[in-house]
Amino acid sequence: MTRFVAGRIGFYTLVALLLAFFTIPLLWLASAPFTSNPTYEVRVPDFTWENFQIILDHPYALGSLVNSLILAIGTAVLVVVMSALAAYALSRVRLPGRDALLYALLLLSSIITGTAAMVPLFQLAIELGLIDSHTGLILIMTGGLLPAAIFMIKDFMDTTPKSYEESARVFGASPLQIVRHVVVPVVRPGLATIAVWTIANVWGNFLMPYLLLSDVEKQPAAVIMYTLYTEGGQANLKVLSTFGLLYSVPVVLMYLFVSKKYGFRFHGGIKR
Amino acid sequence: MAAIELRGLTKVYPGGVKALDSLDLTIPDGEFFALLGPSGCGKTTLLRTIAGLETATGGAVVIGGRDVTRVQPGGRDVAMVFQDYALFPHMDVTDNIAYPLRIKKVAKGERRAKAEEVAARLGLEKLMDRRPGQLSGGQQQRVALARVMATQAQAFLFDEPLSNLDARLRLEARTFLKKLQRELGVTTVFVTHDQAEALAMADRMAIMEAGLIRQIGTPSEVFQRPANTFVAGFIGSTPMNLLDAVARGDTLEVAGCKVPVPASAEGLVVDGEKLVYGVRPEYMTYQAGTVEGGLSGSVVILENLGASHLVTLDVGGVTVQGVVAEGEEPALGEQGAVVPRSDRALVYRDGELVAA
Ligand SMILES: Nc1ncnc2c1ncn2[C@@H]1O[C@H](COP(=O)(O)OP(=O)(O)OP(=O)(O)O)[C@@H](O)[C@H]1O
Ligand SMILES: [Mg+2]
Repeated sequence: MTRFVAGRIGFYTLVALLLAFFTIPLLWLASAPFTSNPTYEVRVPDFTWENFQIILDHPYALGSLVNSLILAIGTAVLVVVMSALAAYALSRVRLPGRDALLYALLLLSSIITGTAAMVPLFQLAIELGLIDSHTGLILIMTGGLLPAAIFMIKDFMDTTPKSYEESARVFGASPLQIVRHVVVPVVRPGLATIAVWTIANVWGNFLMPYLLLSDVEKQPAAVIMYTLYTEGGQANLKVLSTFGLLYSVPVVLMYLFVSKKYGFRFHGGIKR
Repeated sequence: MAAIELRGLTKVYPGGVKALDSLDLTIPDGEFFALLGPSGCGKTTLLRTIAGLETATGGAVVIGGRDVTRVQPGGRDVAMVFQDYALFPHMDVTDNIAYPLRIKKVAKGERRAKAEEVAARLGLEKLMDRRPGQLSGGQQQRVALARVMATQAQAFLFDEPLSNLDARLRLEARTFLKKLQRELGVTTVFVTHDQAEALAMADRMAIMEAGLIRQIGTPSEVFQRPANTFVAGFIGSTPMNLLDAVARGDTLEVAGCKVPVPASAEGLVVDGEKLVYGVRPEYMTYQAGTVEGGLSGSVVILENLGASHLVTLDVGGVTVQGVVAEGEEPALGEQGAVVPRSDRALVYRDGELVAA
């Protein structure tokens, strides 16, 4: 009995410690921006808006959030549209070596946006005149994320019955109508997942924009965050925590919104 | 409305499976036609080839006098109900029923009105705002029917539309479907692997085996005079007795007993040849004791069929079955005989019916 109780106590202590380990940084992020002189400690804030004023006055901070938004949404739109079309084709057309192609793509994707391809990518961007432009960055990040997206969404499409589409075909729907009326709505939760995943990926990507954008005005929040950190050689916790909060809020909101709207679930037809 | 005609229709799947082997079939305008056969015999393939979802390897599909062999499914003016109904899960009942009209670019108001009209006919008025996931199997089936009705196609193709329903609902749906087809008068091809369903519903039916049609006929023709032993064994809720026989003048020697040569084969059998004698248990009468012209043996199994009993006799080591009315069933172990109705007994030579 005592052994059991001791075991329970030990278990809950461990869980509490683990939880604290993960919650303390979050608590800090929630409280520090509202504190006049934040330190690394978590303290009850004195609810000042002064830190936000600093961010507002910062020449690049807000602009960088807008840049992040442009990059994330641009990439997400491209990735969702292109992966949906490609995955539909790959899922429905029988090609010899289709699976090998998919795995090769997946393998390549981890190389493209990885460190290994940094130099060639940089040179390619210069050659094509895509350096220092949002369009170029969006294209490159799309390329990096597409294979994995195709892979995920193809899985969704494979599990939806072919009879939906065949039924529409017999009614006379064209392939594009079938995709618009039937396939996309049925795999919508999958597309939402891909969109969220892409946005989160681009939002947090530091390396690519850092490499390909030299104009500070064009840089996204992830890069600006880094410059804030090094400003004056020492971390400015006031600015850093406030900007960090502003940087995280949109992603959290997006998750809540999408999960509420689509629930990341699949509404099936017939009971099988 | 239109007749469907298949000429030498052949379908070979990539990989070499010959699912349809040079089929010829004509289904007249307005007929309710059933395709029956065991699993894998090519029923679905045939239906899908008529719909255009599979392209024929050879031969032609003619619908309403128009050769549609190379026409896309949407251009054939047929409507299909799939085995899983294929209702679009993200659309409510109204939108599902109206979908074919949406493709035909009918204005929104008009197509809603049409959908409501068709749905009312099938008793779906109260379910118009539901999604397929919120409907029972029987309701989903009716929505699928309503959707094909809304198309006003020349022909309806049904792939086992009743197989997802439970036994009782299936009986109801059967009657309902048959009545509906009568009223609409649309040529309908209906796939099933349930022989009772085919017999009950079809005007005419085809029995398929391994890509070939083994017999075409009305349900009574197929039931009473199966053209070969395959059809004989496949049709009927109790399997037909198919017994080895040898011709001896105007009698047949079956399992050590003598039975008269059936009326259908009179004068067509050669003395001493080996044949198969076929008679349905329903066309046998049971009598106690040994009977002249009957198959005599001991009762080994009794099965209750409800209003009647299936009696299994051991006739000299051969199993023979007959049906007796309730209240007249013999005791187990009793000596008795089943006497075939001479006008219903059949003779098969090399698996094919011997008849004039
Ligand atoms: N896409 C395909 N590729 C290759 N072979 C196929 C394909 N579809 C069906 N077949 C084969 O063709 C034959 C006929 O199949 P079909 O689906 O028409 O049978 P069925 O009569 O509908 O059977 P069931 O009653 O089980 O539905 C089978 O041997 C099957 O394995
Ligand atoms: Mg089938």
